[in-house]
Amino acid sequence: MTIANKPFQLIRRIIRPIIRPIISPLIAVICALILGGMLIFFAGANPISAYTALFQESLTTYFGFGNTLTKMTPLLFTSLGVLIALGAGQFNLGGEGQIYFGALGSTLVGLYVQGIPAIIHIPLALISGFIFGAFWGWIPGYLKAVKGVNEVITTLLLNYIAINLVSYLVQNPLKAPAAPSPYSPLIAKTARLPIILPDSLAHLGILLAFITAAVLWILLMRSPLGYQITAVGFNSTAAHYAGISVKNTLMIVMALAGGLAGLAGASEVMGLKYRLFEQMSPGYGFDAIAIAFLSRGSISGVVLASLFFAALRSGANIIQRSAGVPITIVYIIEGLTVLFIAIALALEKRWLNGLNNDN
Amino acid sequence: MDLRLENISKHFHSFIANDRIIFRVETGKIMAILGENGAGKTTLMNILSGLYQPDTGTIYLDDRPVKITSPHQAIQLGIGMVHQHFMLVPNLTVTENIILGTENSWRLNWSQKQQEIFALAQSYGLEIEPNARIENLPVGQQQRVEILKVLYRQAKLLIFDEPTAVLTPKEVAGFIHILRQLAAAGKTIIFISHKLEEVIKLCDNVTVLRRGKVVATRSTQEVTSQQLSDLMVGQGVSLTVNKKVNQKVNQQVNQQVNQQVNQSVYTAEQVILSVEKLQVLDDRNIPSVRNISFELRAGEILGIAGVDGNGQRELADAIAGLRSIHQGKISFPGSLVHPKIGYIPEDRQKMGLILPFTIAENLILKSFKNSPFCCNLLLQPKAIKRNAQMSIEKFKIRVSGENVKVSQLSGGNQQKVVLARELAEEPNLIIAMQPTRGLDVGATATVHEELLAQRERGAAILYISTELEEVMTMSDRIAVIYRGEFVDILDANTATLDKIGLLMGGANMT
Repeated sequence: MTIANKPFQLIRRIIRPIIRPIISPLIAVICALILGGMLIFFAGANPISAYTALFQESLTTYFGFGNTLTKMTPLLFTSLGVLIALGAGQFNLGGEGQIYFGALGSTLVGLYVQGIPAIIHIPLALISGFIFGAFWGWIPGYLKAVKGVNEVITTLLLNYIAINLVSYLVQNPLKAPAAPSPYSPLIAKTARLPIILPDSLAHLGILLAFITAAVLWILLMRSPLGYQITAVGFNSTAAHYAGISVKNTLMIVMALAGGLAGLAGASEVMGLKYRLFEQMSPGYGFDAIAIAFLSRGSISGVVLASLFFAALRSGANIIQRSAGVPITIVYIIEGLTVLFIAIALALEKRWLNGLNNDN
Repeated sequence: MDLRLENISKHFHSFIANDRIIFRVETGKIMAILGENGAGKTTLMNILSGLYQPDTGTIYLDDRPVKITSPHQAIQLGIGMVHQHFMLVPNLTVTENIILGTENSWRLNWSQKQQEIFALAQSYGLEIEPNARIENLPVGQQQRVEILKVLYRQAKLLIFDEPTAVLTPKEVAGFIHILRQLAAAGKTIIFISHKLEEVIKLCDNVTVLRRGKVVATRSTQEVTSQQLSDLMVGQGVSLTVNKKVNQKVNQQVNQQVNQQVNQSVYTAEQVILSVEKLQVLDDRNIPSVRNISFELRAGEILGIAGVDGNGQRELADAIAGLRSIHQGKISFPGSLVHPKIGYIPEDRQKMGLILPFTIAENLILKSFKNSPFCCNLLLQPKAIKRNAQMSIEKFKIRVSGENVKVSQLSGGNQQKVVLARELAEEPNLIIAMQPTRGLDVGATATVHEELLAQRERGAAILYISTELEEVMTMSDRIAVIYRGEFVDILDANTATLDKIGLLMGGANMT
């Protein structure tokens, strides 16, 4: 090795561990944006100006950014739930249903518990949302652990039960008096999350989501439960042989995942809508799956990826208004991102092996 | 068919699996390939069966250079592989398994196929019922089906990968007979093994591999098993290690004698484990341990000998509390609370270790919830690190640091990590299941020494192995397990290989 090489080597050594995990998601996102750009072009607009408008609106303007944070809240909560389940090797595709259940839980507390100060009411409603979501996540966890039923199927199907159950409730017992469409009455003022950016939509939920992400990081990295979850995720047989209860771990982790998604639903009701709507989530639970995969098991990755997805969604309107491209292009880009991350992860192993050989 | 390898080399990254391999097998001869685990036997066979391409060198079949680019082509060239783990579909019949993948026509004439296979089996003296389902056949018969499978594909060169590992001694005798007949019928046979006696008894020539190189090719008539063993492991190293083990064992035998003279010192020793009329179900809810009773005392090693799959795993799991008891009782009379159990499972990579975890993380797998590793609800990295450094030093794990992932360790070092973890709490009872499987001589000796040291300390040890010699050297008493029952429990001093071998095949059962 020559001397001239040394600084280069040093940079490689420092940067590589940072770059390596994010490079595939990054390439996937770029590919999705390029392909999406072509579609924008075929739709008759200039892709570069469309993208510029989109990200300028959603990240640099006050209201746009507030809007982005609002959309990021449920995405971050739910994808943290998908992520932690993935840590134990469980595919939680039930984020959507868990959101609905969490929303239901906090709505009930917001509606029927009255006359207590916000400082108690808010935590109570959040906890209720968490517990409702946790219950909905625990069911597939229980079925997997005790009966061996594949959680991919149960989590997915439980979504529809939860969505339709909420639909029934807001059409019948929970329907607001004289409401023109199915939604519940407003929840008590004391159960509402305060707005953090005045005049925008951004509410306290985003801060709670960040705090939750930090707590989860400590849980995964430093706590015995996190160790246990990772151990079961990597090799449940060896964990079993070492005396770890795999069944309990699965139930705990799925309940935790459901609870996190439940918080997403709770924050939507308590911070944004103040009531329970029939179609209260536009598929955040499914976006969360893509986000969790894009982030490759890292919590900071989840934060970044949910910001990206939220920015796409929050800028979607502007792209239609300014460039005349249909909003659906944004959903196509989301879908393409998922497709490309799947391809990138599959290719990555071979590719990284090649890099190792260079050393 | 005449097979000749010239300068076959194969690298994996910087690791040289095969280094300029040269050998030759003539038509109708049986050639043994002998070598320890990791000597390159498997790589070489994978090259012959078309799974790998050699980096350099040429393969000649009947003096014609050939390139074997796929397993399919290997079959077309007349090379057939009989794997150690049978590649049969259990719920299909013998005929179905044999013709699987060979029929391309629209219509299958079953009775004709059955006759063909029956005739083929007859011509080689391999009696088999073409209509029997594989799952109902004993292992020896299943092996015949594997052999018929390659013969049906008109193989002229047959490669057997450790064919006797799964057979009882009686079945081995039958197998040797089959092999002789095949050779007599003009088939060329390559026999991969690490069992010296077998090789000498059975083969015409033997090629010894060590670290990817051919170290010798001999005729079995002019070589002793001691010479082969020296060639296989490289002189010097192995001899001293072996001696150590022997010394230790001798010491023990002496001690044992003393103990027996002193009488009842050890008979009065606490019973650590008592098993009464135990029945355990396997994963398919079929009783795989039926009616086993025994007692195990402190400072005693009870060996359990038997062919793989006769209920050993279920028995060990049940005692370790990992599998529910169907009937009967497991009790630990010696201890008031639940005793500390160290369990060395049979498959260290699947059951013993979490491969993507570091050594330090693997070492706390059993005790991560307890002080000092967990304090105030958080894991304590310093304590975990200190524990790992101590274990690495104590068990001489050859590694650069405690943060190395166990997936990067050799088999021997992986097993040391398992040992370090399982023995850390000074368990009263140790269950060691195949603890030396796949290890080289040095690592095997370390495992044996460590277990003997635990025995000195007063631990009761259940030593489960399919290797007869190993059970005999390690144990004080030997139980022979067959179809989920103890056929007999023998004193290790008076038991003989032949006797145990017969019992393993179920000789006492009738």
